[in-house]
Amino acid sequence: MQTVFSIAIDAFAYGMALFIICIGLSLTMGLMRVINLAHGAFAMIAGYIASYAQRELGTGYAIALLLSILGTIVISIPVERFLYRRIYGSPQLTQVLMTIGITFCVIGITNFFFGPTLKTIPLPASLAAPVDIGFRTVAGHRLFVMACGLVVAAGLWFLIEKTAFGIKLRATVDNAGMADALGIKTQVVYAISFAIALGLAAFGGVVGAEFLPIEPYYALRYMVTFLVVVSVGGAGSIPGALLACLVLGAIDTTARYLMPDFGNFFFYAAVIAIVCVFPRGFLGRAQ
Amino acid sequence: MQAIAKSRQAATVSGGNTHLLRDGLGLLLIIAAGAAGYWLFPDNLALLTRVIAVALLVLSIDLIVGYCGVATLGQATLYGAGAYAAGMACLRGVTEPMTLIVIGAAAGAMAGLVMGTIMLRAHGLAQLVLSIAIVQLAHEAANKASAYTGGSDGLAGFSPSPLFGTFEFDLWGRTAYLFGLALLVLVFILLKFVVASPFGMLCRGIKEDPVRIRSMGAFVFPVLLKMFIISGAVAGMGGALAAISTQVVGLDSVSFELSANSLVMLVLGGLGSLYGALIGTVIFMGFEHFVSAINPFHWMTMVGALLIAVVLVAPGGLSGLIDRALPGMRDKGGQRP
Repeated sequence: MQTVFSIAIDAFAYGMALFIICIGLSLTMGLMRVINLAHGAFAMIAGYIASYAQRELGTGYAIALLLSILGTIVISIPVERFLYRRIYGSPQLTQVLMTIGITFCVIGITNFFFGPTLKTIPLPASLAAPVDIGFRTVAGHRLFVMACGLVVAAGLWFLIEKTAFGIKLRATVDNAGMADALGIKTQVVYAISFAIALGLAAFGGVVGAEFLPIEPYYALRYMVTFLVVVSVGGAGSIPGALLACLVLGAIDTTARYLMPDFGNFFFYAAVIAIVCVFPRGFLGRAQ
Repeated sequence: MQAIAKSRQAATVSGGNTHLLRDGLGLLLIIAAGAAGYWLFPDNLALLTRVIAVALLVLSIDLIVGYCGVATLGQATLYGAGAYAAGMACLRGVTEPMTLIVIGAAAGAMAGLVMGTIMLRAHGLAQLVLSIAIVQLAHEAANKASAYTGGSDGLAGFSPSPLFGTFEFDLWGRTAYLFGLALLVLVFILLKFVVASPFGMLCRGIKEDPVRIRSMGAFVFPVLLKMFIISGAVAGMGGALAAISTQVVGLDSVSFELSANSLVMLVLGGLGSLYGALIGTVIFMGFEHFVSAINPFHWMTMVGALLIAVVLVAPGGLSGLIDRALPGMRDKGGQRP
């Protein structure tokens, strides 16, 4: 019972951390049709910034988090303008190669400046302490991640379904040419959604650093995980991504607890099975 | 695109002689480059043999990505299958190098059959993800089955018997290198025939427009599966060659990194061109050897910048640039690959 409970808590928190990072990728892939393998690279940049801010500049956790999100978005704007804008609508292979190239560059450059070591992002005392939830205690950080995940999911749903910007975004996705003709500035819409997606990556990268530690090859190591989660959930679908993160997080955590020496074997076996049964992901739409 | 395909076809039919001449010249160049490597870098033959093994892997990716248009990031599965099969066979007493290569090819072909069957069920992104999942799964399986594969320590302790009973695989790797070079040339000639055959043309047609090929009455799935098997055999030979020459098979031979790197080599050299695959491999691994010795992170930045540059400036890769620089060659020779 004890084990089941701790597995459940860890799986849920891990799934939520994955969700915060992956939902941005799901948006870029589903709405903008770009296979952005460099998504993890931006999460890594955020982690480096947060670590630098806290350890060298001495700021608090909240400030570091904010700085890292802003910093990542600032970095992403020229990258979107000069690199990504050229591969919207290109063949898949082109997009894959371009974004792998960006990933390699980011890894090389960040490690040149910050040194090839594991970067820690120390938690504030309020998050590091265990929290009593009645019948047992849970690490405060786990609860924080879960809350963040739920807030992000709700916020995105509201943004896309209920706001004027969401309407423009959906119109652009359905038919970019027609949206353009109706006076929607599609380039701006793309740029903003790209910034939102990377901001979420940055947020997830910092918040989820306890599960996915920030290290020199972070972008490459988790590139596959993020891509897999999005394709299992169905690109562009928020509930799909949530479901995929929870299912894959549960499978991964359970396998790690019960059969640690199998590594990622069950994770990838499950992925193959799911993709074979749902070629478009759980809730992906027909293209 | 159609017009190009037509003109290419016409060129193949009418300009058969120049075509043959050009391929003969290309082969001579490969052999000359191989011999030059032998004389110029006698201390680096182990590295050069590895280049040849990876070149076979890159050729096999070219068959799938360049000729069939199926994006894959998991080709190292087939390479690793060949390497482990050769290593295990050698440990169990089959030490004849030629036989080991055949065993590697067979294992690679089997793996290609399985991988193709799984991957061809899906399209687009799902296909790419499946290829990654397969290579990761194979990696974990090889790690777990340490009784057979040696796990993370690698499979070691086997030694192939001398080639033709006389040429030993010595410390300097001369035999291994020349053996590998001969194998590469042989495979290259065979693949030339494969891609110029009606079957190869059909594959290229499927790459351009699968729907049209289907409505013309051809079955797409079996054709692609056949190409997967051929590609698996080539990759398996590369793996077996690596196993024979280094006499150790590590987990890195079934890794996502190797798959991604070899795809990068192919794109650098030029998709859909057998020469491009070779050029890309040699240049990539040559640079890697020198630059990553200085600082591995400089190397990553460089590869990344190079990839971005290739995508933006030269989508045809280096061989595409050569074609553009020498348009006369292309018109006379007709077909590029």
